[in-house]
Amino acid sequence: MQLHTVWFVIIAVFWIGFFVLEGFDFGVGALHQVIGKSEDERRVAINTIGPWWDGNEVWLIVAGAAMFAAFPGWYATMFSALYLALVLVLVALFGRGVSFEYRGKREDKRWRDGWSWALTIGSVLLPLLIGVALGDLLHGLPINQNHDFTGNFFDLLTGYGLMTGVTMLALCLLHGATFLALRTTGEMRDRARAAGRTLGLVAIVINIGWVIWTLVVIGGGTLPEPTQIFGVIAVIFAFVLANTDSDGWAFLASGFGIAAAIGQIFISLYPNVMVSSTNHAYNLTVNNAASGHYALVVMTIVGVLFFPVVLLYQGWSFHVFRRRLTAPSASAEPAGGAEPRRGAEPAGGGGQVAAPT
Amino acid sequence: MPGVTNDLARWQFATTSIYHFLFVPVTIGLAFLVAVLQTAWYRTDNPDYKRMTRFFGTLLLINVAIGVVTGLVQEFEFGMNWSVYSRFVGGVFGAPLAMEGLLAFFLESTFLGLWLFGWNRLPKRVHLATIWAVAIGSMLSAMFILIANSWMQHPVGYKFNKAGDPVLNNVWALFVNPTFVWGYAHVILASLITGALVMLAVSAWYLRKQQHVESFHRTAKVALIALIPAIVIQLSVGNQLGVIEAHYQPMKIAAAEAQWNSCKPCSFSALQFGGFSQSDQNATQIIPIPHLLSVLATGTWNGPVTGLNQLQTQYQKQYGPGDYIPNVAIQYWSMRVMAYLGSLVLLLALWGGWLLHRRKVGSSRVFLTIAVWAVVTPFLMNTAGWLLTESGRQPWIVQGLQKTAVANSPSVSSTDIIISLTVFVLSYILLGAADLILMLRYSRHGFAQADAEAAEPAADAAEPVLTY
Repeated sequence: MQLHTVWFVIIAVFWIGFFVLEGFDFGVGALHQVIGKSEDERRVAINTIGPWWDGNEVWLIVAGAAMFAAFPGWYATMFSALYLALVLVLVALFGRGVSFEYRGKREDKRWRDGWSWALTIGSVLLPLLIGVALGDLLHGLPINQNHDFTGNFFDLLTGYGLMTGVTMLALCLLHGATFLALRTTGEMRDRARAAGRTLGLVAIVINIGWVIWTLVVIGGGTLPEPTQIFGVIAVIFAFVLANTDSDGWAFLASGFGIAAAIGQIFISLYPNVMVSSTNHAYNLTVNNAASGHYALVVMTIVGVLFFPVVLLYQGWSFHVFRRRLTAPSASAEPAGGAEPRRGAEPAGGGGQVAAPT
Repeated sequence: MPGVTNDLARWQFATTSIYHFLFVPVTIGLAFLVAVLQTAWYRTDNPDYKRMTRFFGTLLLINVAIGVVTGLVQEFEFGMNWSVYSRFVGGVFGAPLAMEGLLAFFLESTFLGLWLFGWNRLPKRVHLATIWAVAIGSMLSAMFILIANSWMQHPVGYKFNKAGDPVLNNVWALFVNPTFVWGYAHVILASLITGALVMLAVSAWYLRKQQHVESFHRTAKVALIALIPAIVIQLSVGNQLGVIEAHYQPMKIAAAEAQWNSCKPCSFSALQFGGFSQSDQNATQIIPIPHLLSVLATGTWNGPVTGLNQLQTQYQKQYGPGDYIPNVAIQYWSMRVMAYLGSLVLLLALWGGWLLHRRKVGSSRVFLTIAVWAVVTPFLMNTAGWLLTESGRQPWIVQGLQKTAVANSPSVSSTDIIISLTVFVLSYILLGAADLILMLRYSRHGFAQADAEAAEPAADAAEPVLTY
């Protein structure tokens, strides 16, 4: 395999990692006001992703930086073409990114509600917008022979792109629900499971519709790829398992559903990296958008040495905070909606070790 | 109007970069100092250090949140606004950015989560290691981004491919680029100074009000012990960086001294009015200091400095017609803001050191008042430093290889940038307001909370507790 292709695969892996990991963060952020009815429960929902969301988001940064380094042409065309869409992405990232840290720092209902909405809206917009962007890569955008985008903002809203965005949103919501079911106890878990069931059904329908559309876009009446079949089955499994005691398996299934969805975009894309709807001769490909050989060799060595280390410590972090979280029970805190005092939760309220699949 | 679009893209990049870099040095400096405080707690078991670790740790976290999200803009903007540049330099410039993500951002973010949520969960020694991982991660991140930036100042380790684009051919050269080595030392020291001045200001504020005197006396001492060597070394590192830049980017330094014509020996203009544009080259010198510019720029008593006019003629011969002189007023005043405020901070640090020695830090109200207000200076100096570096490279985006005027995205219109710049500025005002509210509130009222957090949890307390 050529080094260009290796880096195409690596970038696809970063995008998959980003959506699988940050996908449940998006889902939790979007659902935290639904699954968490009281202030305490909302805090529990946010704390289920507390130690990890920031590290998960880095997968996006690394995916972008790896595109810049390995395929400067791809990075340059994609980011300048998606200009206004990315401005929206950044604003969603602002509100969401600071809400975690800022929300709990003032005991003021308006302050907290405001940041809760920043978290919710950001978490809905991001999978939607980034989904549109990835869908557009495959569908094609007006790109000229200099690899410059010639359209405007509305040209980004292709039917297939929008469908990809909606699919990513549905999958992330499902993934968030299965995650919350895995990470909480009591009523919150019940609510998360029920939400997983409903969202699972929605995700199955949308996902199948999107897979068919993908087949139409890549054209020629092709049969579904193994990845696509696997993805459809995974989402069905997530739906079936969502309302059972197998929280871990349901979460695993929704994760595989997302991985397969992102995976099939990149599989369908190769050897292109960005399709030109103006003329296929202007497509950006792994060959014409790639960096020099030496830079790719250097980055491959750095990646082989350090990526396993990253996986190890991220995995360790997931292991350290694997326990389920429990909302402080209402009886122990008579004042309704009062702050759960740190280190003062009622004894025996939680600490049940989840079976991580 | 390509010129207008290009100008707007520059305004946006400058605005978002300057804003981002208000928070970065605080993160780097405070992460290090918080790690020092926690190490002191680990070593001495004195609960005071734990309390202060939590107190300044929270200030760090409030600041990190905004530093991270504004950093995302920087990463996206290369491709969004500067696609011609990105396509041209990606083969060299992209590699350090990718390494930054893989080696620094993952480390910083993952271990920040482990540190914040790991109190009372991780063994003490392991938990101490997590804050050091955060501190190291933030310094590594600065390292890679400065490697990338230094390549724009002084391109090394590349050759041209068939298409005429630079491609990497020696990665080691990026790491030993003299502009990087001295620039990195300069930024790390600036960050330590920033962190120390923030810690000193907050401590001084409490000491002046005679609240929690013992705790904040400790942190004032830690801050001063970090500040004194950092500012002393910084003055000479800054000077050395000037010598290096005078060698590789003579325009930058000649402009910083508003030196229109070659001189030997050269006097230093400590203060002047006028003389900042080609049509007005004769300044009203208020305070010239003989020989000082020769010493600063060349390290010798009578060293020559080439003037802007002579460099302009030389560059026109080398690169063709064009204006190669950066904005002289920006250069001149940025340099002086850094040098003069730096000297004042040195005096403050020495005064603090003397008071520390006399055990009077907590009782000198004049010193404490000045120390509170001194918190403004690092932000002014940091901004001036980047203005000097980046504006001084103009008209080049990559020194000698590509001009800024041709580097912006052709597919992005002025309207697009007006929309994005407006959105960014409004968002940044909101974020900044939220950050400031929390920073000030927490600085004033956060001690009790830090105190409660630092208390050992009851033996029967349920795990895990809610952190956010």
